[in-house]
Amino acid sequence: MPAPPEFIIEAGRLERNYWRDLWRFRELLGFLAWRDIKVRYKQTVLGAAWALIQPVVTLVVFTFVFGKMARLPAGNTPYPLLVMAGLLPWQLFANSLTGASGSLVNNTHLISKVYFPRLIVPISSVAVALVDFLIVLGMYAGMSVAYHLFPDWRILLLPFYIALTLVAALGLGLWLAALTVRYRDFRYILPFIIQVGVFLSPVGFNTSNVPNWRLVYSLNPVVGVIDGFRWCLLRENAPIYLPAQIIGPLVSLALLWSGIRFFRHTERGFADII
Amino acid sequence: MISVEGIGKRYQLSHEVRRDTLRDTLGQGVRGLARRLFGRSRNLATEEFWALKDVSFDVKQGEAVGIIGRNGAGKSTLLKVLSRITEPTLGTIRLRGRVASLLEVGTGFHPELSGRENIYLNGAILGMSHAEIRRKFDEIVAFAEVERFLDTPVKHYSSGMYVRLAFAVAAHLEPEILIVDEVLAVGDAAFQQKCLGKMESVSRKEGRTVLLVSHNMVTMQQLCSRILLLKQGRLAPPAPPLEQIRNYLGAGKHGDRITKLGNARRTLDPIGRALLSSVELNGDTSLPDWVLPYDEPLRLDFIVEVKAPFATFELGLGLFNLQGMEIVSVLSSWQQNLGPVVPGIYSLTVDYGILELAPGTYSFGVGLRSERGLEDYLAEAFSIEVVASRHSVRPNLNTIRGAIARTAKFSIKRNGLS
Repeated sequence: MPAPPEFIIEAGRLERNYWRDLWRFRELLGFLAWRDIKVRYKQTVLGAAWALIQPVVTLVVFTFVFGKMARLPAGNTPYPLLVMAGLLPWQLFANSLTGASGSLVNNTHLISKVYFPRLIVPISSVAVALVDFLIVLGMYAGMSVAYHLFPDWRILLLPFYIALTLVAALGLGLWLAALTVRYRDFRYILPFIIQVGVFLSPVGFNTSNVPNWRLVYSLNPVVGVIDGFRWCLLRENAPIYLPAQIIGPLVSLALLWSGIRFFRHTERGFADII
Repeated sequence: MISVEGIGKRYQLSHEVRRDTLRDTLGQGVRGLARRLFGRSRNLATEEFWALKDVSFDVKQGEAVGIIGRNGAGKSTLLKVLSRITEPTLGTIRLRGRVASLLEVGTGFHPELSGRENIYLNGAILGMSHAEIRRKFDEIVAFAEVERFLDTPVKHYSSGMYVRLAFAVAAHLEPEILIVDEVLAVGDAAFQQKCLGKMESVSRKEGRTVLLVSHNMVTMQQLCSRILLLKQGRLAPPAPPLEQIRNYLGAGKHGDRITKLGNARRTLDPIGRALLSSVELNGDTSLPDWVLPYDEPLRLDFIVEVKAPFATFELGLGLFNLQGMEIVSVLSSWQQNLGPVVPGIYSLTVDYGILELAPGTYSFGVGLRSERGLEDYLAEAFSIEVVASRHSVRPNLNTIRGAIARTAKFSIKRNGLS
């Protein structure tokens, strides 16, 4: 047997080899994601239907409130499609964020008993949100048939916007996950963020309804993503606002970068304080 | 294989308030600022605590090394540092080879998933690759003896099956270094023997390095060629295994009369609205502390802190021998409800009467329970040394083989001619 390489444990040493370790543990990432998905649908009667119920109810309410009562303009787009195209990325964002934020605390037993790069936990938690997203996307396909509004070549860019949604959600999620380990208060702050966020993001209406504030509005990374989704799915009915497409991704990347930094910085203490 | 040099691990203990919520931190921040502004130096609530201090040792390849010590001596912290779960504050560890640590049986087992699914999940958590698990799958299943229940969710497993499956996965890891914490204390005797055999072959035949923590001194002697004794975070000077075990068993007797339980580590996750804060044996001062002649009554005086009102309140105790077998179980609720109680400090006395335990060392597990569930629980709360008589402190281990040395009534009568 050849002598295996030497490994050194020291204060502050965790930093080295981190990304290599992350790669080495990629199978664990897959297993944790698979576990979360599997467990989510075990022992539920309605199974996948649960992924649809919340968006359907929101869709009906938003269409009624913004489309019928407030009579916000939607151009040539049927209002339900407009809402749904915004709801898709919003749900993905909100569910990933919720999953990532609570992931460390929900896996306390793992963190205090086994070593692996902790980043695996929040990353894997996003998988459940992705599965839910795909189910709702299927529903959107049905709606687009019903309203005869089919996407064209623009839909090829949808994966980019899905990735962008996840970057934003994970960026913020890493911050919240690490903070929740130390301060359980953030468990109560999160629902608040999501509740307010759904109205601060153009889920129920077109971004063009906030003309004066559009530049500031673009600082919310979800704004650019929702615009992008609508552009991909509703074609020329949802023209894109370029500054939001530049500012949004930049904000998302900044969130992810700072989130990873903060996470890595606090990570070594997780097992001691969780 | 393993070289540990001057390892220290510091924890910050905060006494009054645990800074778990943001408000506490903000509060402390404001107070800190006020202190600086007004120049008042009030004693801070935080205190440094070294769980490990200046620990150095080497382990060669293929060696099986045992680590013993009382609760809170730093055993688990040492294993956690070695398995990279937590960082040392000081010192350096050099390791050669893949490390697998088994600090708990069935880490990451999910009750809703089937046995088959949990084997894969647990294997991945312990660091096995998918291909590796698939290769050893049949072996694992055979070792655990759960073939028939492979597709049943593990929440329906008996605790024995659960433990067997969990250990089976771990036993089929092939790391160069295996770190094990007190996992053999579970399962039935036959399976424990099987696990021991497996561990022995892992270290002796396969040349793997094993680091083991256990309270079972018999296991330790059987398995380990060397034993490290931790006392309050420091390593006791090296000595032959048997001598180390004697040192360890003797350590309790020179401690305080009253054993403090308030800061001991809780392994389960009790609610904590009632807290075991200390315990005292009998109150007979003519004997060394924590020593009990086998034919004298055993009485324990607990101090319990109750922080919330409870309608029902009960105390449960298990008395274990060194092999980890529960010899005597008592539960207050069999006789009476100790509640209702209102918040306050209580003294709680348990009178066992005369137990006639065979001389030896016994440890206690203690739990408090209210109508809301488990309030406090300590697995190895404290131990007593039962001795042959009042006049000899030497345990008479060799002559008595039973767990109980009962004084029975004997009579003999001659009934006639032969």
